Amino acid sequence: MSSVPENGTPIRNELFAGRVRSAWLFLTPMIVTLLIVAAWPLSRSIWFSFSDASLGHFRDAQFYGIKNYFKTITMDSGAIHHFGVLVDPAWWNAVYNTFRFGIVSVTLETVLGLAVALVLNANFKGRGFVRAAILIPWAIPTVVSAKIWGWMLNDQLGIFNDILLRLHIISEKIAWTADSNYSMFTIVMVDTWKTLPFMALLILAGLQQIPGDVYEAAEVDGVHPLSVFWNITLPLVRPALMVAVIFRMLDALRIFDLVYILTPNSSQTKTMAVISRENMFDFDKLGYGSAESTVLFLILLITVIAYIKIGRVNLEGNN
Amino acid sequence: MANISIKNVTKSFGAVKVIKGVDLEIKSGEFMVFVGPSGCGKSTMLRLIAGLEDITSGTIAFEGKVVNALAPSDRGIAMVFQSYALYPHMTVYQNMAFGIKLGGATKEEVEKRVRIAAEMLQLTPYLDRLPKQLSGGQRQRVAIGRAIVRDPKVFLFDEPLSNLDAALRVATRLEIAKLHHSMNNVTMIYVTHDQVEAMTLADRICVLRDGYIEQVGTPLELYEKPNNLFVAGFIGSPKMNFLNGKFAAPYKANSIGVRSEHLEFVAKGGWPGKVIHAEKMGSDTYSFVDLGMTEPAIIRETGTSRHGVDAKVSLAPMKDKVHRFAVDGKSI
Amino acid sequence: MKRSPFWNFMFYVFVACILIESIFPFYYAIITSFKSGTDLFNISYWPTSFSLENYRQVLFDGNGSFLQNLWNSLWVSTWTVAVALTLGTTASYALARVRFRGRGLLLMTILAVSMFPQVAVLAGLFETVNSLGLYNTDWSLIFSYTIFTLPFTVWVLTTFMRDLPIELEEAAIVDGASPWIIVTRIFLPLMWPALVTTGLLAFIAAWNEYLYALTFTASSQANRTVPVGIALLSGSTAHEIPWGLIMAASVIVTVPLIFLVLIFQRKIIAGLTAGGVKG
Repeated sequence: MSSVPENGTPIRNELFAGRVRSAWLFLTPMIVTLLIVAAWPLSRSIWFSFSDASLGHFRDAQFYGIKNYFKTITMDSGAIHHFGVLVDPAWWNAVYNTFRFGIVSVTLETVLGLAVALVLNANFKGRGFVRAAILIPWAIPTVVSAKIWGWMLNDQLGIFNDILLRLHIISEKIAWTADSNYSMFTIVMVDTWKTLPFMALLILAGLQQIPGDVYEAAEVDGVHPLSVFWNITLPLVRPALMVAVIFRMLDALRIFDLVYILTPNSSQTKTMAVISRENMFDFDKLGYGSAESTVLFLILLITVIAYIKIGRVNLEGNN
Repeated sequence: MANISIKNVTKSFGAVKVIKGVDLEIKSGEFMVFVGPSGCGKSTMLRLIAGLEDITSGTIAFEGKVVNALAPSDRGIAMVFQSYALYPHMTVYQNMAFGIKLGGATKEEVEKRVRIAAEMLQLTPYLDRLPKQLSGGQRQRVAIGRAIVRDPKVFLFDEPLSNLDAALRVATRLEIAKLHHSMNNVTMIYVTHDQVEAMTLADRICVLRDGYIEQVGTPLELYEKPNNLFVAGFIGSPKMNFLNGKFAAPYKANSIGVRSEHLEFVAKGGWPGKVIHAEKMGSDTYSFVDLGMTEPAIIRETGTSRHGVDAKVSLAPMKDKVHRFAVDGKSI
Repeated sequence: MKRSPFWNFMFYVFVACILIESIFPFYYAIITSFKSGTDLFNISYWPTSFSLENYRQVLFDGNGSFLQNLWNSLWVSTWTVAVALTLGTTASYALARVRFRGRGLLLMTILAVSMFPQVAVLAGLFETVNSLGLYNTDWSLIFSYTIFTLPFTVWVLTTFMRDLPIELEEAAIVDGASPWIIVTRIFLPLMWPALVTTGLLAFIAAWNEYLYALTFTASSQANRTVPVGIALLSGSTAHEIPWGLIMAASVIVTVPLIFLVLIFQRKIIAGLTAGGVKG
């Protein structure tokens, strides 16, 4: 204990000094770990994006400037060609695919999730059972669900075509995963199936925070149920909805496994994550793939920061 | 056994100043009650004394030794919290033993001190129970027991009765009073917003408002000689009757205050009014008399009242029982 | 709210749709897994045969590599959870309970890392894993999974820890407990439901991970985890996809998860909402 002057200058209580010391001590292992497993690899990835690294030589990779991002080559014939991620149509196609997928699937998941959450919020027999059952798609590993759906969507042997044929919705069998007209639809459908539980349960948690007397008051006042939904439920559940949407959106924009397994060869579904991994490991262009993954990282970073700013997330958690 | 000397203490949370300069001497072995409306800073004062908050400026000294920089556990204090704050996963015994075990007491020592405290508070049969298996009153006693076991020089209570029902509150109040008598060397500081608790328990009361001390004194001093309008209105139940304008003018004051038991019905010459309501308590009757002010005056009579509702009456204060206040609210 | 009989009927139709939609694919995987030989090529909606041939093949043929994959997954997931919980508990106490400069920034960084696109660190991780000599070992995955399990664990545990009553900690402070004692003797015993929840969610995330597992262990059959094992499962001939085997393997890896999820249903929902809604 330090000696204390008598004149009443502000003095930090030993308790708080000790607590702050302990806090940093407690945080150090986590921070060091995150630096090693996240910050260091990230910085190396970014370095690779400015280098000529390949799988065979990444230890002695040479600085390459921004050539992975953009470079101009003048042919002997005098024709000028531009190369690099920033002018690569395959990359921008992947960006387009990713956002198309993200926006369509998250919208669909939100609407359906809201519907399912409203059902689960009502009182009915077997509610607990239904709530447990809808968790099943969420519990199935993505790879497994991709395989199960791959089997169900198989063009010749799949049950999905069989059902649609029996219902006379389609007149001939469709190659859902191979036909580029349908592959994006397929990916959206399977992803929605898999993620609906997460969405529905997050929204349900928001719904359950609405006090019941709000509804009772509305019922006593004779408000039409649709009006109750539009004017009471939706505004009250909006904060939970906003958070769920952004979480899902960030998740959707980095989608990899579903596409990689279900529709590996379709340029209609190739996403940013798929194409950059493909360049790194399948085409042995580690530098070029890193440039793509770096751009992907920047896009997501901007989305996260915009989310925290616009959503006014209270991170301090002050009481 | 510690006198506490608080000198020019202030406390700010960010830009908000909660304690705005407090000077107070608490004598060794005294039972001091901090009372005031919510937001007056009384709990903050207690937490500053406990060391659970940093002091922004000023000093707090125990027995002449400044404790500003000492952690709570080094101050020789024990505290009873509003929510009891019992460790839910520990038995009553473990709850009471936790602190002194950490302090390095031997097993026999721990055992002995817990047994004595448990005996004192009639908790011996419950030593092996978990807090959730106890009633509210029993939990409260465990919280007190946990404090006793620490053998503190200063005992701090933060609104300890506010979670109890009315009957239990009276009983526990008595327990705490007895505790104070049996531990007559221990300084106790007790925070409450309930002036009845303050009046019944305190050796001295410190009335706080808005980060300042309004008055410090024995319960009767505060009751009989309030420094200002605020203290006069805060202490005593029912509230003191305040009158101004033409009522106060003859007393050469901006306003005057008369307690309900110091008003009487007079045949003539008093303040004319009409009885609008009467609360018959059996032992006493409180009559609400409309004198033409915004609030009716309340007058207390022993037993039953002669005057029914709607009766035209005349009121007068007893001699020398009128409190006079200046424009700034100070007593004259 | 009272419903007319018609809407009541429609309501239950909708409930039935939700149920079928949730359960049918997995149900179909199960009945497929019991079919063998040419039976596979007959589309059926009800169980028509009960053959364990697929299970026998997937578990015991191919030198038992699938069993090895299962063991790898279990090993990797368990260690990943252990690392995340050990480092996460003390860190989240500091973040939830101690006021210090830079706390908001730190929390924001952790949240950002938990939303990291895994592929953005892939090249760097590939190098790191190689340099540390971890390529084609379980440790490469435990190492890389920490990227997403640790920030997630810290984030969820911080929201849980924030909800523990403040007076409880203050009582411990008055009793002379140091932060370490507070965490280990007061909070930890009260936190086990939160630890189970976060541990479970981290376990599932590690169990399901594909991208890193594919990149760091795919080239050695003995070191694959089950997602990679299933994705790369090949039949007797090169061009025939062994659907029966794949479905059997899928059922094997999913059934334990479904049991876990159903048993800890409430806790999982609480964990998901703590990670999400309160964010």
